[in-house]
Amino acid sequence: MSTMTRQTPDSTSKPTVKQNKTRSIAIGEARPQWWLYLTLGLGLVVVMTPFVWMLLSSFKPEAEIRANPPTWWPQTFTLENFTELFTRLNFPQFFTNSAVVAVFVTLGNLMFCSMLGYAFAKIDFWGRDWLFRIVLGTMMIPGIVMLVPLFVLVSRLGLVDTYAGLILPFLAGPFGVFLMRQFISSLPDELIDAGRIDGAGEFRIFTRIILPLCKPALATLGILTFLGSWNNFLWPLVVASSEDKYTLPVALALYSVGQNENNYGLMLAGAVAVVAPVVVVFLILQKHIIQGIATSGIK
Amino acid sequence: MATTILPKSPAPAHQPARGATPAVRRSTPLRRRRSIAAWGFAAPFVLLFLVFTAWPVISSLLMSVTDIKSRDLRDPFNVNFVGIDNFSAVLADPLFWQAARNTGYFVVVGVPLVMFVSLMIAIALNTGITRLSGFFRVGYFMPVVTSIVAVAVVWRFLLKDDTGIINVALGWFGIDGPNWLGDPHWSMPAIIMMAVWRSMGTLIVIFLAGLQGVPASLHEAAALDGANAMQRLRLITVPIMRPTLLFGAVLTGIGYLQLFEEPLVMTNGGGPLNSTLSVSLYIYRQFGFGNYGIASAMSYLLFLAIVVLTLLQFRLLSERDPRPRKKARKTTAPEGSTR
Repeated sequence: MSTMTRQTPDSTSKPTVKQNKTRSIAIGEARPQWWLYLTLGLGLVVVMTPFVWMLLSSFKPEAEIRANPPTWWPQTFTLENFTELFTRLNFPQFFTNSAVVAVFVTLGNLMFCSMLGYAFAKIDFWGRDWLFRIVLGTMMIPGIVMLVPLFVLVSRLGLVDTYAGLILPFLAGPFGVFLMRQFISSLPDELIDAGRIDGAGEFRIFTRIILPLCKPALATLGILTFLGSWNNFLWPLVVASSEDKYTLPVALALYSVGQNENNYGLMLAGAVAVVAPVVVVFLILQKHIIQGIATSGIK
Repeated sequence: MATTILPKSPAPAHQPARGATPAVRRSTPLRRRRSIAAWGFAAPFVLLFLVFTAWPVISSLLMSVTDIKSRDLRDPFNVNFVGIDNFSAVLADPLFWQAARNTGYFVVVGVPLVMFVSLMIAIALNTGITRLSGFFRVGYFMPVVTSIVAVAVVWRFLLKDDTGIINVALGWFGIDGPNWLGDPHWSMPAIIMMAVWRSMGTLIVIFLAGLQGVPASLHEAAALDGANAMQRLRLITVPIMRPTLLFGAVLTGIGYLQLFEEPLVMTNGGGPLNSTLSVSLYIYRQFGFGNYGIASAMSYLLFLAIVVLTLLQFRLLSERDPRPRKKARKTTAPEGSTR
């Protein structure tokens, strides 16, 4: 639906240039009004408040976080919460674990999903349709249904509390296949036919012709997979049984409901440490992310 | 990106493969060779899929009719077939029904609320906010990419009885805010509030994409006929957006039925008085107790609920397409299609 995307710029950016009657009436009807900006701005303030409060409070000493009435700006600025995060908790380990798992999961999805996506999009092979239906159908199965059997399987394989146990079940997901298939379908067949006439095999066509053209889709899939893995909680919570293998969200959850429940400064610094890298990545790559969501609707 | 907004149901069935020349038909040597190549491409995915998706789904069903417990992991032959005992035990468990009611509450209030809020924001962003539209979109979307656990930790502070800034803000208007997470009547509304905050970004983006498909000419014609903004929203935007709304509702409904992280972190696993115990959380609790059979049975009931809700939404939101008020269009083509 490239027409859809193409409509965006001329309906938003240069309304006055268009002398088209349709458009001028529609725009005149909906001229940006100050109250619209005001409402959206207020809403944005509300949406941003938790982040701002989290960041500011993570620099407050323990007593000030508990102060009544609460303060906004830190009255005594301290880095104590963050130093404690690195010294008292095994924070660098959690960070490494999250990163290792996310990197492998992302690479696996990029590789395996683009391969299958290409086969679905451009090769008429035996079993294609039912395989596609089965793969898509599993997108609806809730994660919790898989929890018990997957844990039984992983523990029979002896992979509890290992990186393999954390990574393998997420190495290839239906969402990536769907995304890649949609994108590759839109590439012209002539490219592939030309490759076939020149005598290239399917694998060569895939690596030399298709993959280089898939960069935008691969970027979207890579970012979304990385974020999903970074924020994933239920499975690491179950599989990582020792502190060595905790990912960031698991560590944060366990340290904020357990005996550390009363260490507010530590919890907030931990939350900042989990959220900050993601927000930075998001702000840099937001185009890919938002486009990916609009395309697939899956976070 | 030239892809569809809606993941249409598996559609490729009847169209011929675009890569294949028309001459290549069923079971020629060329087609066979391509089938082998294609399965080569599919092999790594299919292998992982069989082991880590297909087998767990099947074995979950098998486990739900056995008395498997955590100690049976070492001794698989100790497991007995118990028929539907697990399911009847679950359905006789008052705590399961409590969890089901809580989850239902969360879905029935949360999904329409987040749909409404997101649609309003999307429409506002779509009507001539040219200057800051990208900025607003990024801002509203930001909560979506953050870890639920981290934001749940933060919201626990925001919702505190006396020092939480939500109650402080309510105090400016003379409202004495409740002890959100400590009061069984207010704990679920508090969680709904946080869930709406976190998930509206996705819906705003989806709705914005859908709004691009509403032709300006229709709004013009209706405006000339004297329809006000509210009437145009109800009679033009919403009917045309119906597939997008349906998609958003299905997506949100599936997600909301799986409520898990928020109560685990915000109310220490379902408190106070189990007022925020969700089905997923109860399954997790049973799993923690080692009752794998019971947990599997429960998770299948949740899966069933997801399927039922999805079908229900399809009925409610897409069936009305041949509208009862089609008088005006009766003479023109009676299109029955939703899209």
